[in-house]
Amino acid sequence: MSGKPRLTYLNGRGRMEPIRWLLAAAGVEFEEVYLETKEQYDKLIKDGFLLFQQVPLVEIDGMKMVQTRAIMSYIAGKYNLYGKDLKERALIDMYVEGISDLMQMILMFPFSPPDAKEKNLESIKERATNRYFPVFEKVLKQHGQDFLVGNKFSWADVQLIEAILAVEEKVPDVLSGFPQLQVFKTKMSNMPTIKKFLQPGSPRKPPPDAHYVETVLKVFKK
Amino acid sequence: MAGKPKLHYTKGRGKMESIRWLLAAAGVEFEEEFIEKKEDLEKLHNDGVLLFQQVPMVEIDGMRMVQTRAILSYIAAKYNLYGKDLKERAWIDMYVEGTTDLMGMIMHLPFQPADTKEKNLALIIERATTRYFPVYEKALKDHGQDYLVGNKLSWADIHLLEAILMAEECKPDVLSAFPLLQAFKGRISNIPTIKKFLQPGSQRKPPTDEKSVAVVRKIF
Repeated sequence: MSGKPRLTYLNGRGRMEPIRWLLAAAGVEFEEVYLETKEQYDKLIKDGFLLFQQVPLVEIDGMKMVQTRAIMSYIAGKYNLYGKDLKERALIDMYVEGISDLMQMILMFPFSPPDAKEKNLESIKERATNRYFPVFEKVLKQHGQDFLVGNKFSWADVQLIEAILAVEEKVPDVLSGFPQLQVFKTKMSNMPTIKKFLQPGSPRKPPPDAHYVETVLKVFKK
Repeated sequence: MAGKPKLHYTKGRGKMESIRWLLAAAGVEFEEEFIEKKEDLEKLHNDGVLLFQQVPMVEIDGMRMVQTRAILSYIAAKYNLYGKDLKERAWIDMYVEGTTDLMGMIMHLPFQPADTKEKNLALIIERATTRYFPVYEKALKDHGQDYLVGNKLSWADIHLLEAILMAEECKPDVLSAFPLLQAFKGRISNIPTIKKFLQPGSQRKPPTDEKSVAVVRKIF
């Protein structure tokens, strides 16, 4: 038993990717178990590993944690990425929830029917540029600090850099109207733990492809 | 100026109801400003008070909080309903995410096409009785205590009671196989603040009917 957190999910981004980002940003090494067949998944359920019969599953500090947000809140709290008090935590939570809504659109995108893909892509671009990015652009402009909350690196920053890169994969010039976010992107990308995560060979997973979609549908088939 | 928290939402349950439950359970009085027509929502937009252009929005302690989970987490922590340490918080978070998923399904039911309602209702009951309620029944059985986490009332208990009552509105005998949850329901319902909230005349909102659905569609 290594003591490292152990992540169980498919070999792809999905709902586990933000957790990988957060652990990596916190400098925490982790192990991964990949679900490739329905039988593996059914066995996990049968063995009572999955509280609500779902993954992500993160075994950490003697707990079998499920539910993405619960897992991330725990990691953020444990590694001091959750602000210094209740009000800072409130801000981090608000920012993270907003970004999470945007990431949800990206998460679901590969599973949209072919005739809806163009419309969904347009929605992602619209929401990013009209609803979410302007908020963070304004926050950074107003306080002039490097990080979103409390002049200190937090979960909110990790979530935002992940979202920026994910949207850019689909809309390469999405930051063109957001100079503060461009600077933010560079600064975050250069933080040692994040820089390492962005290099080839890290636990970061590639964008979902047809094979990933196929695996998801196969493993979670009823 | 402390003042009471002020809730901005439509006059229905939706995503604000869990917030009303938590504040009420914590014994916190709050005001409500109801969005009744599109213009009300537009005014909030134009005043720049909705961070992501969405409600719920709760004015509390000098903040204009949005995002249901952020608001609930803040209230839970402020009123000591979030466990005593990081691990208890982790358990509360996990339990709450489960009841959130279940209540989310129930919340969407009135908005679904009529021809899918029966199928969706069946799925809700299936999920409630095979995925969610067994977890909470087992938790209570394993430790034999009155509350889900840390032998103390927490957000998880309040959220579970809300979910149980919502599920019962879908199927009155949904708890028939869960004796500990039945006892839990009785116990938590009798906590003075919660008992008060469950009485007529409180700020608890009624189940969503066709009229509410029409109002919501028009506003948003």
